[in-house]
Amino acid sequence: MTELVAGGVVLLLVALAIWIVVAREAFLAIAGFVAYGLLLSLVWVRLYGIDVAMTEAAIGGGLTGALLIGATSRLRGTEKAAWAQRCGASTRVVAFLVSAVVATTLALCVLLLPDPAPTLAPEVSADIAATGVGNPITAVLLAFRAVDTLLEAIVLVIALIGVWSLAADGFWGGRPGVRQRVDPDGIFAYFARVLAPIGVIVAVYIVWVGADHPGGKFQGATLLAAMWLLVLMTGIADAPPISRTSLRIGLVIGPLVFIAIGFVGALVSGAFLAYPDGFAKPLIVAIELALTPSLTLILGLLLAGAPERGAVP
Amino acid sequence: MSTLFDVFTYVTVSAGAFFFLAGSVGLLRFPDAYARLHALTKADNLGLALIVLGLLPHAGSVLAGLKLVVVWLLVLLSSATVSQLIARAQRRRETGS
Repeated sequence: MTELVAGGVVLLLVALAIWIVVAREAFLAIAGFVAYGLLLSLVWVRLYGIDVAMTEAAIGGGLTGALLIGATSRLRGTEKAAWAQRCGASTRVVAFLVSAVVATTLALCVLLLPDPAPTLAPEVSADIAATGVGNPITAVLLAFRAVDTLLEAIVLVIALIGVWSLAADGFWGGRPGVRQRVDPDGIFAYFARVLAPIGVIVAVYIVWVGADHPGGKFQGATLLAAMWLLVLMTGIADAPPISRTSLRIGLVIGPLVFIAIGFVGALVSGAFLAYPDGFAKPLIVAIELALTPSLTLILGLLLAGAPERGAVP
Repeated sequence: MSTLFDVFTYVTVSAGAFFFLAGSVGLLRFPDAYARLHALTKADNLGLALIVLGLLPHAGSVLAGLKLVVVWLLVLLSSATVSQLIARAQRRRETGS
């Protein structure tokens, strides 16, 4: 029975993927993409990857979907013109063939893996106790592969700078997006007032349990960013000007703490990001707590977009 | 006793799935945006309520059961709000204001 359900979900995923590629309108493709992300998180649950499932639902489906919807609403005016410039049949056939070859090669690589597949999992799980962290995903992300996680956080800062660089010269240092005017007694403002406190509590809980259970800074920060955006969208609060010093500090504090702990490891334990014996868990928790506000600000401001007005509200 | 719980779960979850199906059929078949919203929000909220109710005996602890109920309440809140907002946007588009 569960095999049947899993097979159905896989078929739906493939159908949705085809739909996303062939959809005539960008908005329809994005609607498919969001549904695809949610279905994919179901698949991750089935594979016992609860952490990945949460990240996929929050970032893959939710945040990326919102980013794409923002992008497509800006591009709506030029979408027809872009369709008119479609490349010829020969280019499309070549593109299809290249995609098919890549997909087939990847599928063959997966199918031809030796059985049992080469894995470091036994060695990793033997050493997880040394980190003092109960959730193996968190242990791998912040102890064995901490450099990857550090680079991810830094890439997000660079992406935000890329978004900001789209600002018109006159608005540099100003506030992102337009000031929202929503009826303060209306249903939307009421919704934000009720949901935001609950969302913040859930997000803090997700960050906190990340050390021992599925959860962590990325999922929690995405939720916090969503609550922040809800408050911005209902006009309860205004977005900060991007030139504000405290905002800039908040954006980089997480990666900076991470790098600082890395250098302390280099001095004390002889390798960058090596944690001294017995201090692994407190340091990992410190990194998670420092990264959470930075990631929240980065993800929220990524969605808020480039500055579109001056610093004065 | 556990058989009784299982029967209860089967019945309520199946009923919940039926309401989801009915809501989806309504979404596909109803003529305008308001009727489609009506089908989606009402039928799906009831369907989710039945599924949550059916899963409660298997939640394992009171806390886990409470979390399930909170999930339902949050979906209720957001779907009610979103359907209001969509309906308002649709009315604005129709009246052209």
